[in-house]
Amino acid sequence: MTMSFKKQKKGFTSFYMGIYGLWLLAFVIAPLLLLLFKSLQTQGGHFTLANYQTFFTSGPYLAMTFNSIWYAFLITLITLVFAYPTAYFLTTLKNKQFWLLMVILPTWINLLLKTYAFIGLLGQGGLVNSSLTGLGFHPVQLLFTDWSFLLVAAYVELPFMILPIFNALNEIDPLLTAASQDLGANNWQTLRKVIWPLSMPGVKAGIQAVFIPSLSLFMITRLIGGNRVITLGTAIEEHFLVTQNWAFGSTIGVILIVAMVITMLLTQDKQKGGRS
Amino acid sequence: MKKILLSILAILVAVVGLVATKAVFDNSRKDEVTGKKVLNFYNWGDYIDPALLTKFTKETGYKVNYQTFDSNEAMYTKIKQGGTNYDLTVPSDYMVDKMSSEGLLAPLDKSKLTGMSNIDSRFMNQSFDKGNKYSVPYFWGTLGILYNKKKVSPDQIDSWSKLWSPQFKRQIMLVDSARDILGMTLISQGKSVNDQNVADLAAAQGKLSTLMPNVKAIVADELKIYMAQGEASIGVTYSGEAAQAMAQNSDLAYLVPKDGSNEWFDNLVIPKNAKHKDAAYALINFLNKPENAKQNAEYVGYATANKGAYALLPADEKSDPAFYPSAKTLDSLQVYKTFNQEWTQRYNDAFLEFKISR
Amino acid sequence: MKKMRTPYLIFMFLVLSLPILYLVFYSFNAGTTMQGFAGFSFKHYSELWQDTRLIDIVLETGIVALLSSLLATIIGTLGALAIFRVHRRTIKGVLLSLNNVLLVSPDVIIGAAFLILFTTLKLSLGFMTVLLSHIAFSIPIVVLMVLPRLKEMNPDLVLAAQDLGARPTQVLGQVTIPVITPGIVAGFFMALTYSLDDFAVTFFVTGNGFSTLAVEIYSRARQGVSLEINALSTLIFLLSLAIALAYYFINKVGKRAKTPELKEKVK
Repeated sequence: MTMSFKKQKKGFTSFYMGIYGLWLLAFVIAPLLLLLFKSLQTQGGHFTLANYQTFFTSGPYLAMTFNSIWYAFLITLITLVFAYPTAYFLTTLKNKQFWLLMVILPTWINLLLKTYAFIGLLGQGGLVNSSLTGLGFHPVQLLFTDWSFLLVAAYVELPFMILPIFNALNEIDPLLTAASQDLGANNWQTLRKVIWPLSMPGVKAGIQAVFIPSLSLFMITRLIGGNRVITLGTAIEEHFLVTQNWAFGSTIGVILIVAMVITMLLTQDKQKGGRS
Repeated sequence: MKKILLSILAILVAVVGLVATKAVFDNSRKDEVTGKKVLNFYNWGDYIDPALLTKFTKETGYKVNYQTFDSNEAMYTKIKQGGTNYDLTVPSDYMVDKMSSEGLLAPLDKSKLTGMSNIDSRFMNQSFDKGNKYSVPYFWGTLGILYNKKKVSPDQIDSWSKLWSPQFKRQIMLVDSARDILGMTLISQGKSVNDQNVADLAAAQGKLSTLMPNVKAIVADELKIYMAQGEASIGVTYSGEAAQAMAQNSDLAYLVPKDGSNEWFDNLVIPKNAKHKDAAYALINFLNKPENAKQNAEYVGYATANKGAYALLPADEKSDPAFYPSAKTLDSLQVYKTFNQEWTQRYNDAFLEFKISR
Repeated sequence: MKKMRTPYLIFMFLVLSLPILYLVFYSFNAGTTMQGFAGFSFKHYSELWQDTRLIDIVLETGIVALLSSLLATIIGTLGALAIFRVHRRTIKGVLLSLNNVLLVSPDVIIGAAFLILFTTLKLSLGFMTVLLSHIAFSIPIVVLMVLPRLKEMNPDLVLAAQDLGARPTQVLGQVTIPVITPGIVAGFFMALTYSLDDFAVTFFVTGNGFSTLAVEIYSRARQGVSLEINALSTLIFLLSLAIALAYYFINKVGKRAKTPELKEKVK
């Protein structure tokens, strides 16, 4: 009985892997190889490492890489700080699934439109500034500052952080928190020692879902940041669509992907080490 | 599990519902269009009066499949890669040159074209397409300065160098285009916009980086929205964009600096793999008619290349020197020559360094 | 902490909805821009009604979004199960990294790579290529949403079911799937969001008259977004709100019906 169960289960697993593997092959590995191939070519089609050499010896590109990582880090931090309490409070609500949907709803409105709304809100004659003038303050420059860029980027990414954290928190057995309180822990201790560790998988998923796309934001950098903040995404966009230098665009892409894989592997090992 | 299966079913029902709605919707529209004659038109977003397309379908029976792009390079990539069959598209000057030299365009059969005499001869036989083998002029314009009359007077900015004046601290918006911004800097140094000299480019980049304190933002098409909202007092942009901003905010005005500028042209071309060339000729001929070109110019807001249409325009539009400049200004304008990959890259790298150097 | 809850949530919902309310407000503007309210009017709604091209695109967008997220959710869930059952740590790491490649790659690169892929395969660009791409780039996020649920699942549950003589299909249907359902639902909604929001990838892989809303809006934005698009967003927002409410009520009714059953189980 158990033998056949295992065998059957194995059959299922290979079926799943087959379908998933097919997708990996066609839409991940093939494009990845294509990208790598392109990045190792000169314009004429010869093999070269020059693109990588250019990237790692060019001041502007290194500065941009640093910029991207720094801003992506800030965006992730801000969204985490705001998303965690939101997700936590949401789980304590009566109709939590409904309220969660309300959080996701704004993401169904086109990004460009939301950005335009922010231009209206933050502009010289916008809602924020006219309220400030109404209260007797001087209008301030909000658009094209680091702050407005961080605000809008964090706004856009917020639901992607709330969702996984909410899911993780929602899973926690309420009996655990009750037990912790029975044992004399106060709210803060319960949060720190029970809830936070148990919600870590959600936090990690959220960080991945926010940090990685933040590295390559490009619309918002221009519309809200006025290109005063430049990320790798902007550069890639430019190489693919403006200069038509696909080889160099691919190079930056490959570097970005390698960096991502390294980060992922590092965080994974740590997690494993901590558990064993 | 049951819940999941039910949800899947619900989603499938919704999809079928949408498909059905679309089918009903398409059917109700088919009455308007008779016949199977189609034209696949690949154009910039909102770059033709939709009423004209309806009129065209009524007159000729060709149904227009209208698809849009938002940059020359994006359009070029799509056409070059294949997988689509567009019958008519609208590249700018340098892109006509690039596409024709790569064999992506079909040569025009002049015997099938009518109304070419309506087009101002000034726009014909340009360097990017000698003898108009591939292209028919559509709209044209200049690069210039859009400014807020309440904050800046025209004589404060009548030459490009004046943008560097310290009085404009954090007041200038630049269009996000390497060629245009470096070109404007080169003009201010008395050089050509097509300069291919390493030292000149380095000097231009050096001068440009000193403009940074005055720069408020480097943006693209949205520049007109910001200017209309009064976000900045000076914007370096194209005449067509300026026209749209001015339509929204009467405090705005546009000028082309005395020391000259760039002049650009958008053109109708037929891609090599077009399947409905007759339909493409029909639309070109339709748009060459003065009354149609005039209607189009009034909708789009750009300057028309059709002199018959120009004659039909209201007097105040015709005499606006910002959009239909004087002969003297016209003489000072330069057209971009196509750069090879190396020089495109150099200009872009110089511009990127400028953007990072804040 | 209870005291902080209500004001904090109200604040967050206010922030989240402010830009949307702003869009909705200006859709009723008699003027033509999102600045200066010139008076109340429905004119942008009637413009929208006459814009048959836009309505067509909305329908096409809906079809692509729903179908692609459904298929991506199914494949992604299978993928998560497959990855979960791999025991070798290195293989798991490699699979996860490959899974995340599409999440980290900028849209432009994905779009360009898919375009080359499709043209090499001699596929005609249009509905199918857009659908395939949307499925492809939505799968990784579904995997990321489902995987944590599987990890948290108590392995004893599966063993217990096994001991009680459940077949693998039963274990999957009655133990595993119910436990990971929240992850699947979250994955579906994320996939839907990705599909609705995508511009760059769709732009590259579409052609021959097929278009989605995001592509159309980006192309139209060249002339400044017209308030007709605001009107459309308002309608889409109201529709999603209606769906959310409907979902909530159906759930409520469903739960009421289920409660006695649950109580029995507890006994």
